[in-house]
Parts: sequence; structure tokens; C-alpha cells
Amino acid sequence: MTPRIRFPLLVLGLLAAIALAAPWFSSWSHDAIDWQHQAVPPQFEAGHWLGTDRLGRDLFARGMQALRVSLALGVLATLISVFIGVTWGAVAGFAGGRVDAAMMRFVDIVYALPYVFIVIILSTLLPRGSLAALFLAIGAVGWLTMARIVRGQTLSLRHREFVQAAIASGVRVPGILWRHIVPNVSGTVIAYATLTIPQVILFESFLSFLGLGVQEPFASLGSLINEGAQEMESSPWMLLVPAGLLTAMLLAFNALGEGLRARLGPGDE
Amino acid sequence: MLGYALRRVVGLVPTLFVLVTLSFFVIRLAPGGPFDQEQVLSPAIRANLDAAYGLDQPLLVQYGRYLGALVRGDLGPSLRFKDYRVHELIGRGLPLSLTIGLAAAALAVVVGVWLGALAAWRPESRVLKGLINLSLLGVILPGFVVGPLLALVFGIYWPVFRIAGYEPGEVSFLVLPVITLALPVAAYVARMMRDSMREVLRSNYIRTARAKGLPARVVLWRHALRPSLIPVVSYLGPAVAFIITGSLVVEAVFGLPGSGRYLVQGAIDRDYPLVMGMILVYGVVTLVCNLLADLLYGWLDPRVRPA
Repeated sequence: MTPRIRFPLLVLGLLAAIALAAPWFSSWSHDAIDWQHQAVPPQFEAGHWLGTDRLGRDLFARGMQALRVSLALGVLATLISVFIGVTWGAVAGFAGGRVDAAMMRFVDIVYALPYVFIVIILSTLLPRGSLAALFLAIGAVGWLTMARIVRGQTLSLRHREFVQAAIASGVRVPGILWRHIVPNVSGTVIAYATLTIPQVILFESFLSFLGLGVQEPFASLGSLINEGAQEMESSPWMLLVPAGLLTAMLLAFNALGEGLRARLGPGDE
Repeated sequence: MLGYALRRVVGLVPTLFVLVTLSFFVIRLAPGGPFDQEQVLSPAIRANLDAAYGLDQPLLVQYGRYLGALVRGDLGPSLRFKDYRVHELIGRGLPLSLTIGLAAAALAVVVGVWLGALAAWRPESRVLKGLINLSLLGVILPGFVVGPLLALVFGIYWPVFRIAGYEPGEVSFLVLPVITLALPVAAYVARMMRDSMREVLRSNYIRTARAKGLPARVVLWRHALRPSLIPVVSYLGPAVAFIITGSLVVEAVFGLPGSGRYLVQGAIDRDYPLVMGMILVYGVVTLVCNLLADLLYGWLDPRVRPA
């Protein structure tokens, strides 16, 4: 493990550990209201380590709950988009010809539209605030880049000797895809999946910022930033806490993805 | 060239058709309707409302009617903003949104190209290297983090620009939104420009230009610039999509009365024609900008010009 991979991994592990453990050592829960301390700056006396919001809810507890949502959503939605993207790309690249052209034309069309449209349309489909639905919506559009990358790699793998040998010895197409193609693209897939996670997290925050994502009483970093931005003149910590958390998480994921890509990406094999 | 451009314009029609069809049916699948309110309407009133807007018809009939109206250039009535047509609502906000978006795109390209070219020209400069590395932050951080932070620093702690209570025509309100929008694109363009310019500067004709004693300024901006711009131009399409996405956020952050809020509000309110209208208008803007980028590409690089 190079430092480029180890350090961001450490930061992420730490963030995740604190976020997961927070309910046990924080004296406040994400929706508890402290009537005595409304909009107070960070302080230790009442256990509001990062201050409270306008209603008196603890920002540490809310921030950590938002972090849990972001991480869970990021990983789950990325898994979905990896699954769709790898299948789509491998099938298109392996089939070639018209099937390939039609499948990639579809990707091109969806690609040409701003992501937001699709996510906003899909998010209207769901009852507001449903997490499961939210990650379906995000996962459903996150697979496009993955499909393109996997297809490109499959195209070059298709004519390699070991694939030809598998075809000649009568292995069926799903078997070839699963046993010979997918393992050979996995390095690239892992690297890009790591870069997909921060994008998913951004999407979720973006939707929540606009009021389309996670709903009260639950918090998302996006909705916390939105609330904080409205109060920033009198209570800047309400903005700085969620903005800082989001920044740290995004930077760490991006650094990790870049580090992995440098090691596992194409051209390194 | 003209024939090619025309063919491409015609090629937009099926893409738009797919966009309209997909979004029409997906939005209708969504639970809830435009007339769901806190106060439940009596069935008779509800039925009258549905009939007045044609919502009581089968979905396919509604779809046909919508397409028919669209061909005549009618985006339909808004269901939530009473007595407003969708084109009136969008028309009110769009000029401001376009102004911010175009200003941001122009700023991003000029700053990005300039910074990237200089960084390629002087690879030893620490300042330029630092700026390019710092710009990575601009790529990673979303507008809804950068925007409020800029507003906090340059609007409150050090009030150089005005941030709240937008007054039309007052440029001071638009500076921070434009910078917020332009930042990630400029950062991306700068990195891309640096890499492509570095490549170009190694080529033989640049060495010739230098060898015959042309001043650095001429070599850089007249000889090396045009071929280096090619990857930047191919990024302009995605950049436009990026700026449109960003403008939704920036308008919300800085409280600007652009058209972006209609997309979000329309989606929340299930105001079907309003959402459709916004998707269509922003979709056309995106596709046209992509097309312009492609045509510009052909102009910059004769090798891809269609015969």
C-alpha cells in the first residue's frame, strides 16, 4: 500500500468509525431538541461539541447521522451502478456490431442530457424522503461512465488468445463474460467505482440541498448546508460544520480513487 | 460544412423526442398529483380541475395533446401558478439564468485557457503549479459548498459584493454567483489546457517558430494556441451541462430569480407542464451548445472536418 492509498483510506476509516459510533458516545440524538441551547456555537458544557442549529438540535449528532446516510448511500448506489455498468459494457463490447452500436447509442443519448434532469425526474417518482428509492434513482444514472469504460476494455479483450480459446472450447457467452472478461476489467472497475462514490454522495447532497432528497427529521449534509447558508451571518458554524465534513469526505474519496487508478488502472498491467 | 451543420440540427429532433417522451411518462408515473394539498379537495372540485386541464383523459391522449401543442410552440399552462402559461414563467427567469451561465462559461474558458497555457509555458513556476493544484479543490467541491463560503467571506466578513435582496440590473449581485459557477469549469479547463499545450509545445513546428526568432508571445498565442484548444472544445459540451446543473444551485444559494427554481419547484409540486417545459428548454440549450462545440471542433481541427 502506497501512502497515496493509505492516507485517504485512514481518513475515511476514521470518519466512518466516528459516524457509526456517534450514537453511543454523543449525549444527543439527531432529532432531540435542546430548548436551553438554540443556535449556540460549539461548546463542551452541554455536550454540543459542534454547536446546535436554530431549533436546538445538536450539530455533531446531525452531522454524523448525515455522514452515515451519505456513506451508506454512496456505497450502495455505487454497487448498483457498477452492476449495471459492468453488465451493460461487457455485453455491448462482447456482442459487437449492431447490438453494441444500439446499446452505446442509448448511453450517448442519456449522457447528452444533464444528469440532474434524470435524477430530478426519477426523484419525483419516489415518495419524498425514501432512502431506498433515492439510491435507486442515483444508481440508475451513475452507470453510464462505467459502461463506457468496461466496453472499451472488453473490445480489446475480446480478441485476446485466452478469450478465443474459451470460445473455441465451447464456453457459453455468460461464462466467458463472467470468468474471462469481468476479472480482467476488475482493476479499472474498482478504481472508477471509488471515484463514483464521491459523485453519488454529491448527488445525494445536491438533491437534499434543493429539498428533493433526505427529508426531516433526518439530515443530509446537503440539507444541513442549505440550512446553514441561511443562518451564516449570525451562526457561521451551522454552515462550516457540514461543509467541512462534506469537503473532507469528498477529498478523501477522490484521493483514494486517484491513488487506486494510478496503481490498478489500465496501462499498469 | 453548412450541409453538415443542417444535418446535425435535424439530428437533434429524435433526441428531443426521446427526451420529451421519456420524461412525460416517467413524471406521470410519480405518485401524487398537482392538486394534492394540505386541505383535501372535494371530489367534485377535483374532477372539475382534472377535466379543465385534461388530466382526466387517458395518458396516451394527454401525450398526444401535449405533443400537438408542442409542435405549435405551446408549452401548456402551469398547474400551480394560476393563470400563467409555462412559457411566461420560464421566459421571466431565463434571461437572468442565461446571463449568469454565459458569463460563467466565458470566464471559465478565458481564465482556464490562460492559466493552463502559462503553466505549460513555464513548467518551473511554483505559483502556477500551486494555482493548478489548488484548482483541484474547485473541481471536487460542489457549488453549494463553494457558493455559501464565498458569500460568507466576500459578502459578510469582507463585504465587497452584495449577496442578498437581488435588484435587477445590479452587477454587484452577480459577481459571486458567476465565480461560483465558473470555478470548477475553469479548473478543469486549466488542467486540460496545460496538458495539451505541453504536448503541442514539443512539436517540430513550434521549435521552428522559436528557432526563427519569433517572440514568445507570438509562438504561444498564435502558433500553439489553436491546436491546444481542441480537447478544451470537446469538453465544452459537458461543461454546459455542468453549468446548467450548477445554476440550479447557485440561483438557490444567492437567491436569484432565475428559471432554475421552476424545475425544482415544479418537481416538488408535480406541476407536470412546468417540469416538462423546463426539461425541454434546458435540454435544447444543452444540445445546441453540444452542437456548437462540435462545429467549433471541425473549425479548429481540419482533420475531423467532414468532406
